[in-house]
Amino acid sequence: MAIVVQRRDYSLKGPESKRADEKGLASAQWHATPIPRAKMKELMKRKDGPAIRDTLIWFIGLIVLGYLAYLSWGTWWAVPAFFLYGTLYASPGDSRWHECGHGTAFKTPWMNDVVYHIASFCVLRSATPWRWSHARHHTDTIIVGRDPEIITARPPIWKILYMQIFHLYGGPIEIKRFILHTFGKLEEQEKEYIPASEYSKVFREARIYMLIFLAVIAACIFTGSILPAMFTILPTFYGFLLVLTFGVTQHLGLYEDVLDHRLNTRTIYMNRVFRFLYWNMNYHTEHHMFPMVPFHALPKLHEEMKHDCPEARPSLWAALREVIGALRKQKHDPAYVVVKPLPSTALPYRYGPDEDELELTRSEA
Amino acid sequence: MAWVEVCEAGEVEVEDVIRFDQEDRTFAVYRSDKGDYYATDGFCTHGRFHLSEGLVMGKLIECPKHNGRFDITNGAAVRVPACKDLQTYSVKVEAGKVFIDIE
Ligand code: FES
Repeated sequence: MAIVVQRRDYSLKGPESKRADEKGLASAQWHATPIPRAKMKELMKRKDGPAIRDTLIWFIGLIVLGYLAYLSWGTWWAVPAFFLYGTLYASPGDSRWHECGHGTAFKTPWMNDVVYHIASFCVLRSATPWRWSHARHHTDTIIVGRDPEIITARPPIWKILYMQIFHLYGGPIEIKRFILHTFGKLEEQEKEYIPASEYSKVFREARIYMLIFLAVIAACIFTGSILPAMFTILPTFYGFLLVLTFGVTQHLGLYEDVLDHRLNTRTIYMNRVFRFLYWNMNYHTEHHMFPMVPFHALPKLHEEMKHDCPEARPSLWAALREVIGALRKQKHDPAYVVVKPLPSTALPYRYGPDEDELELTRSEA
Repeated sequence: MAWVEVCEAGEVEVEDVIRFDQEDRTFAVYRSDKGDYYATDGFCTHGRFHLSEGLVMGKLIECPKHNGRFDITNGAAVRVPACKDLQTYSVKVEAGKVFIDIE
């Protein structure tokens, strides 16, 4: 007999949202590793240097790869050349959007804002709506019915993940939203997390995006080639693979509805190239627990809190294997999750809002 | 006027913040980069998070939860997702002690 697995309602306006509220999971207090105030202050310190350096490398890299891709146009070399250009366009676009959205990447606020807007456009995210959606993601990380940034439901919807290899699920949703925003409208669910005072900013940004879109389309028509779009809008699609690869390792396969980032967020050791592209967001548990710590200080924060965390996954590949294995199990058993044991020096996992629910689970694997 | 003693003046470092609880109320007492003292409500107006765990930069406090920022001199919300201003309180230093007017 076939087993029918029921899917929960992940929308922000459905019954799960109310349920999360009633259970004390919405806007709750989360577990935080105790770190001495003096150490924390040192880790939170803002700098311009590392972000300016990395931004220059990013832009110079784009110019060099873009020029090589331009030269290769019309030959088979265009395939690897544009793949590299697209990867360097979209992947740092995603991580710079993220870090500048928190306002921690640079010490100087306007630098954060400029890079935030450029990076938002690179990954086709409406700047203001995504700022608010991400704030909600941090308040209610992977709480069903509350978090708008859960990549896929449990059991997983594989179609979404396959489509996202070329951003074909999220991309069209974003474009539909730009169009809506251009005409002064918002989706119902966006009204759940964007305050009315921000609406005019949302509409203005969408109209600017639309003008850029139209300019690129006009350039394509004028030149009789899709080459202009290959450099500005299309890289978001053909260069999305690494964004997806990094993105699925953040939370998938782990717990929903818990108040402890050690249970729902993964930290991974990565090589220097990936860490540059991802701006150290592989230290994702650390980032979620302490979003005030800038990307350049996350390795140090990791050292400060690893006695309280499960062991980091040894590589991106190991993390991907874990994610895919968990998603395959969740197809038949949506309750399946990966839990790593805590070291003996750690505080116990915090599963829920009720202190009685604190359990010693260091041996749980 | 209802002046309440908070702490010894040296207890709040330059560019830092401490939490001060008075009965069922919580305040945040700051020193700016210039060494001046300021006080506001202790919770962020966006999500009721303790500002005392945040970071003082010059005359701004950044909230530890979503990086919202406020001007500590007048309580103004200056960076989203903080949108609603903080209530501020007068501060004085007398005989080496910090006092705030909690009315
Ligand atoms: S709780 Fe302070 S910015 Fe959100």
